[in-house]
Amino acid sequence: MRALIVDDSRAMRRIVGRILTERGFETAEAADGQEAIAVLESMDDLPAVACIDWNMPVMDGLELVTAIRARPEWRDITLMMVTTESEQDRIVRALAAGAHEYLIKPFTPDALVEKLDLLGLVPTPGGVA
Amino acid sequence: MSIGADAFGFVRDHVRAESAIVLETGKEYLVESRLLPLARQTGHDSVDTFVAELRRTRNPALMRQVVEALTTNETSFFRDSDPFVALRQDVLPTLAKERPGRSLRVWAAACSSGQEPYSIAMTTRDTPEVAGWKIDIVATDLSEEVLAKARKGEYSQLEVNRGLPVTTLVKHFQRSGINWRINPDLAAMVQFRQLNLMRPFGPVGRFDVVFLRNVLIYFDLATKRDILRRVRQVMAPDGYLFLGAAEMTMGVDDAWERVPAGRSSVYRIREDQRSCVR
Repeated sequence: MRALIVDDSRAMRRIVGRILTERGFETAEAADGQEAIAVLESMDDLPAVACIDWNMPVMDGLELVTAIRARPEWRDITLMMVTTESEQDRIVRALAAGAHEYLIKPFTPDALVEKLDLLGLVPTPGGVA
Repeated sequence: MSIGADAFGFVRDHVRAESAIVLETGKEYLVESRLLPLARQTGHDSVDTFVAELRRTRNPALMRQVVEALTTNETSFFRDSDPFVALRQDVLPTLAKERPGRSLRVWAAACSSGQEPYSIAMTTRDTPEVAGWKIDIVATDLSEEVLAKARKGEYSQLEVNRGLPVTTLVKHFQRSGINWRINPDLAAMVQFRQLNLMRPFGPVGRFDVVFLRNVLIYFDLATKRDILRRVRQVMAPDGYLFLGAAEMTMGVDDAWERVPAGRSSVYRIREDQRSCVR
C-alpha cells in the first residue's frame, strides 16, 4: 500500500514517512501541492492515502485537495490533512473540499496510526494490498 | 518481546518509591506496553535498552515520565473502536426492540478522564434505532482527580487527535480556547461519580449495558470474580457487558457467556443464570 506525503517541511516528511514506513506503507514525497500533482501524474500505482499539510508555498493543501477531487481518476485516494490549522471552520472547509480525515499537529505516532486504522488503511504485511 | 527481570525490578522499585503504586510480578506486559512509546521516542528499539540507559543516567525528566506513563490512565476516544461498532450495529439495535419504554441505562465502570462515556454518548446519538431515546450514562472511577477532568469535558488537541474521527469531532465538540469541549447535549447524558469497584457498588440502579474495559487486568483472580459477580447483580438479565480485548470471564465467573457482536465479542448472563439475578 502506498502513501504520498505532501509537506514543505523536510523534517515533517521524514517523521510522517518513518511512521508510515513502520506501518508497512511504501512512501513518496512532495514539498507542495503542485509537486504532489506532478508526482501523482507520474505514478502508475496510485497511493491509497495522501497526507497533506495545509500551509505550503506554490499550491497549498486546500487547493491540492480541491485539485485531486476534481480528477475522477484520483477519486480512490484517501485524503488526510496533517496540519497545525486547528480552527473548527478550517476543518469544516477541508472536509467540504473533499478531505476524509484531519490530524492536527503536534500529534503522536499513535494518533496517526489510529487515524489510518479508522480509515481502514491497513497494509497487508509484506505484500501488495 | 518481553521486558527482562532486572529492568522490570528497577522500574517497579522506582514507581513504588515515587507513586506508591505496586507493580506486581505479572505486570511485565503493562510496563512494556506503557514504556515502549517512551523508549522509541528516545531512540531505543526495546524497553530493556531504554531502562539500561535510565539506570546509568538517572535522567530526572525521563524518570518522571516513566512514573507518569505507568500511573496515568491510558485512554482515548473510541478506544479499540470494535466495541463501539458492536454497540452501534448489534447491541443498541437489539436492545431497542426489547425496551418499549424507550430508555436505556449504561455504566462506564472505569471511565478515567471521560473519553469512554462520551464515546458511548456519541455512539448512541449516531444509532438511528435509539434516536430520541432517554439514555442515561453513569460513569465512575476511583480517582476524583480524573473525574474532575471528565466532568469538565474539555480535551487538548493531542487528546482529540486520538481515536476521534474528525467528522465526529466537529459534530460533537466546540473549540474552547486551545482545547475542545464536548457539546452540552452530550455532556448532559453522562453523570460522573466516584466509585471503588472493590467495595459494594451501593444504589447504582440497573444497567442495560456495562463497559468494564481494561480494568479487571489490574486485579487478582478472587477480586475479578467478586467484581463480575456483583456486576451481574446490577445488570438487566438480558444486558450486555463489554470487557477489554485481553480480558474474559471464562474461568473467572462462568455465569457469563461470550457472544459475538460486530467484529468483537460481548458478554451476557447465561440463560440458566438469569433467574438468579433478581
